[in-house]
Amino acid sequence: MIPASFDYHAPRTLEEAFALLQAHRDDVKVLSGGQSLLPLLKLRLGAAGHLVDIGRIPGLEYIEERDGALAIGGRTRESALETSELVRTKYPLLADTAAVIADPLVRNLATVGGNLAHGDPANDHPATMLALGAAVVAAGPGGTRTIAIEDFFVGLFTTVLEPDEILTEIRIPVPPSGSGGAYVKLERKVGDFATAAAAVQVTLGADGKVARAGIGLTNAGPVPLRAAGAESFLTGKEPTEEVIAEAARRAAAAASPSPDRRGTVEYKREMARVLTARALRRALERARGEH
Amino acid sequence: MATHKIRVEINGAEREAEVESRLLLVHLLRETLGMTGTHIGCDTTHCGACTVLLDGQPVKSCTVLAVQADGREVLTVEGLEKDGQLHPIQEGFWQEHGLQCGYCTPGMMLTGYALLQKSSDPGEPEIRQAISGNLCRCTGYVNIVKSVQYAAAKLRSAQ
Repeated sequence: MIPASFDYHAPRTLEEAFALLQAHRDDVKVLSGGQSLLPLLKLRLGAAGHLVDIGRIPGLEYIEERDGALAIGGRTRESALETSELVRTKYPLLADTAAVIADPLVRNLATVGGNLAHGDPANDHPATMLALGAAVVAAGPGGTRTIAIEDFFVGLFTTVLEPDEILTEIRIPVPPSGSGGAYVKLERKVGDFATAAAAVQVTLGADGKVARAGIGLTNAGPVPLRAAGAESFLTGKEPTEEVIAEAARRAAAAASPSPDRRGTVEYKREMARVLTARALRRALERARGEH
Repeated sequence: MATHKIRVEINGAEREAEVESRLLLVHLLRETLGMTGTHIGCDTTHCGACTVLLDGQPVKSCTVLAVQADGREVLTVEGLEKDGQLHPIQEGFWQEHGLQCGYCTPGMMLTGYALLQKSSDPGEPEIRQAISGNLCRCTGYVNIVKSVQYAAAKLRSAQ
């Protein structure tokens, strides 16, 4: 399959990229890793007259802690997250997620910023970032702005990014001690989108009660879903089996998945319940240092 | 129609081409340059038949634009053999019967080659994880795993 004709631009700086995005405002897409965009163009589900490849702009690939946050450059590849010692030891939810996105070859090109900016609720990072309480940095010709992840997704394949903005960084608050996270995904085969998946990040207080809970669900509606009801139910409670089960029920009740070849609405909602409970148990084990 | 002059190092040799923006890397290899060792399977980023190494990393060349490879290095199956000598990964697939129809084989070998660059003695789970983006519909993967391990042993003994 061959995409419809377009022109390709490879700016060397963000300023050049902004100028190109402004010049072709209504007919342009940002090309990051290309692992969602190129299939979309090949299948002719989308078209753009111009692609602006941000792959040759230096300084957009990094994973580092600074100012109380884990900062991830927008063009950081999934494979870099997967192999990062910092991510593996301190951000197990991110490590879990990076290991199940598409397949290893796709992860060599796919980027974290692209996974979010594509605005696909079937992608895995949106749920992860919702659970982690992340923010994204959007850079544009007028400067940069920071957007809380829960305000970022507005519809299917739609985010609040302006046509001339580029997602340059993801910021995740450094988790306090007593924190743990997990991502549990059900997929028919490696490389498939999730039938259902749950991202959980919890922090336990000194009393063993839940001080903070973040829960995100993948493929559970037209936009990535934050299970806010389940989060507030958990907060302040001792995480017993009964509490976990009730939180999972509440998360699943908030899900509105679409039926497709991966399953019916009922099946997917039930899987969301089961996976939320499993992710919660694993996150709690990690928060207690049990693994 | 927008075209770009690109220069790509393919299997150690500089190649130049004038390409349309939308030309895919796999089509540059097969059609523009006549290198048909790289196969097209699903054409939808699933099967890995089109796997090549881009700057040493295995990628699906049906999902990379040729122009994105400008100034970079590509290794295809044609670049594995040196001076009439099969690379150990090729020898492994021969010795361990790692193929039946052969369609997935170039991609499998390149993914295996890349794995052995960073892991000299991979176990079965590591190999199966590494090739999980390359589909084989014949072998059940058992002999492919053995082929990669054959190559790993041969490379280790040569060190």
